[in-house]
Amino acid sequence: MPSTAAPRLRPPSGLRLLQFGLGGWTALVLLFFYLPIVVLVAYSFNASRLNVVWEGFTFEWYRSVWANGPLLQAARNSLVIACATTVLAVVLGTLGAWLLHRYRFRAGRSIETLAAIPMVMPEILMGISLLVFFATISLPLGFGTVIIGHVTFSFPFVLIAVQARLRGLDPALEEAALDLGATPAQAFWLVTIPCLRPAIVAGALMAFTLSWDELIVTFFTADAASATLPLRVFGMAKVGLNPTLNALSAIFVVATAALVAFAAYVRRLNR
Amino acid sequence: MLLWLLAFVVVPSAILFVYSFCERDELGRVVFSFTWENYQRVFDPIYLRIFVRSIGYAALTTAICIVAGFPVAYFIGRAGEAWRNRLLLLVMVPFWTSFLIRTYAWITILKQEGLLNAVLQSLPFGLGPWDLLYTPTAVVIGLVYAYLPFMILPIYGSVEKLDGALIEAAHDLGAGPLRVFPAVILPLTLPGIAAGTLLVFVPAIAMFAITDLMGGARVPLIGNVIQNQFLQARDWPFGAALGVVFMALFAATYWALLRFRAREDSIG
Repeated sequence: MPSTAAPRLRPPSGLRLLQFGLGGWTALVLLFFYLPIVVLVAYSFNASRLNVVWEGFTFEWYRSVWANGPLLQAARNSLVIACATTVLAVVLGTLGAWLLHRYRFRAGRSIETLAAIPMVMPEILMGISLLVFFATISLPLGFGTVIIGHVTFSFPFVLIAVQARLRGLDPALEEAALDLGATPAQAFWLVTIPCLRPAIVAGALMAFTLSWDELIVTFFTADAASATLPLRVFGMAKVGLNPTLNALSAIFVVATAALVAFAAYVRRLNR
Repeated sequence: MLLWLLAFVVVPSAILFVYSFCERDELGRVVFSFTWENYQRVFDPIYLRIFVRSIGYAALTTAICIVAGFPVAYFIGRAGEAWRNRLLLLVMVPFWTSFLIRTYAWITILKQEGLLNAVLQSLPFGLGPWDLLYTPTAVVIGLVYAYLPFMILPIYGSVEKLDGALIEAAHDLGAGPLRVFPAVILPLTLPGIAAGTLLVFVPAIAMFAITDLMGGARVPLIGNVIQNQFLQARDWPFGAALGVVFMALFAATYWALLRFRAREDSIG
C-alpha cells in the first residue's frame, strides 16, 4: 500500500489509520477504474464469439477490425475531423487569448464567460442547437458541420491554456523586439508565439483528443458519409457484445494511455 | 473568435428558442408560428416525470461520485510528490479514455451471461444469475464510472492548494480528524466539489448514450427523449422546447456556481 503520504510531523496513530483507509479506498477506486478495461482487453483475445466463456487465445478479432471497411472509413473520418479541428481550434484559441490579453476590452470578462460556455454546456444542447442552426441556414450536414461543432467546444480549452501562459509572460520581451526594430507582426510571430509553444501544444493535444472521442455533438451534426469512429462504435455497442469492438477498444485504450503519457511528458517540459 | 462564438453558440441557441414556439406539419417540417403548446407538453406529467427521474439519477450519480471520489482526491492531493504524479496519471488515463469504450466494457461484465454472473454462480452461495444489464442500477453504474474522474480531478485541484499547516494547526489545537474534516477541510475544498458537481451533474442529466447502452430503452431519461424528438419522432419544436427547459436548468446551475465562485474569491 502506498503510505508515503505521511505529513511532515509525526501523525497521531488515529491519523495513521485514516491515512491507511484513504490509501485502501484509493486502491479500490483505481481497481474499479481499471478492472473493466482489463476485462475488455482480455476478452479481445478470446476465441469465443459469444465473449463469455474463455475458449482460447486468438488474434482473429484484430484481423476483423482491419477487415471492417466501414470501421476503417470511420477511423479515417475521425482522423481528418480531429486534425482539422485541432488546427482551427489552435488558431482561434491562440488569437482569441492574445487579443483578450493584449487589448483589455471593457467587455473582456463577459467575453471570457461566453467563451467558457461551450466547455461546460451539455453536449446534447450544443448538438441540437447546431442542428437547428444548420437546418435554418440550409447547410447540409457533413464534414464541415461536424468540424464546426468540434471547433466550438474545443477551442476554449486552447484559449484557456494560452491565456494562462500569456499571464506569466514578460511583456518586456515583446517590447524589446519592437525596440530592436521588429514590426508588431514579426514580434508576435518570432517572440510571442515561440514563448507560447508549450501551451499551444498542450491545447492542441486537448483539442485533438476531445474531437477524436466526441460522440454527442457529432451525433447531431454528421451525415452517413462523415460518421466518425465513436458514432460507429456507439451503433455497434447498442446491438450488444461484439468481439471486433473489444479488439478496437483495446487498440483505443493503448493509444489513449500513450497519448496521456505523452501529454504528461509535454507538461514536464513546460515546467 | 467572438464572431465564432456568436455564430455557433449564441445564434444557434436563439434559433432553438424560436423553434420551441413553432409547430410542425404532418411531414414533420417546422412551421413558423407562435404557440405555447410545446411547453404545455413539456409540463405534461409523462415528461415531467422523466425530467424528475433524470435529475434524480444525475443527483444520485453526483452524490456517489462525491462520496467515492473525495477520499481518492484527498489521498492523491496529500501524497508525496512522486506518488502524487503517478496516481494522478492513473486517474488521467480513464479520464481520457473514450467514455463509450468504458461503458461498453461494463456490458461484458453486467450481461446476463456475463462475467459478474459467471463469478457469482461459481460461488457456493447460490447467488444469481441476476438481470443486471438494462436496469436502473446499470445506468447508475455506467454514469458513475464515466463521470467519477471528472469529480476527482477538480477536488484534487482544491486539495492540492489546501495549506497543510491549517490542518496541522487544527490538530495541534486538539481537533481530531472527525472535527477537522467539517471545520477545515470541507469548507476549503468546496470550490473543487462545486466544480466537479457542474462537470458531473449537468451532463449526467441528459447523457443519452450511456442510458441507451446500459439501460436499453427501458430507462428513458430526458436526453433520450430529446434525441428521439430530433431523430425518430422528427418533432423538432417539441424537442427544442425540451432543450430550452434543460438549458434553463443548466444556466441556473452554472450561474449559481459562478456566484459561489465569485463569493469564494472575494473572501479568499
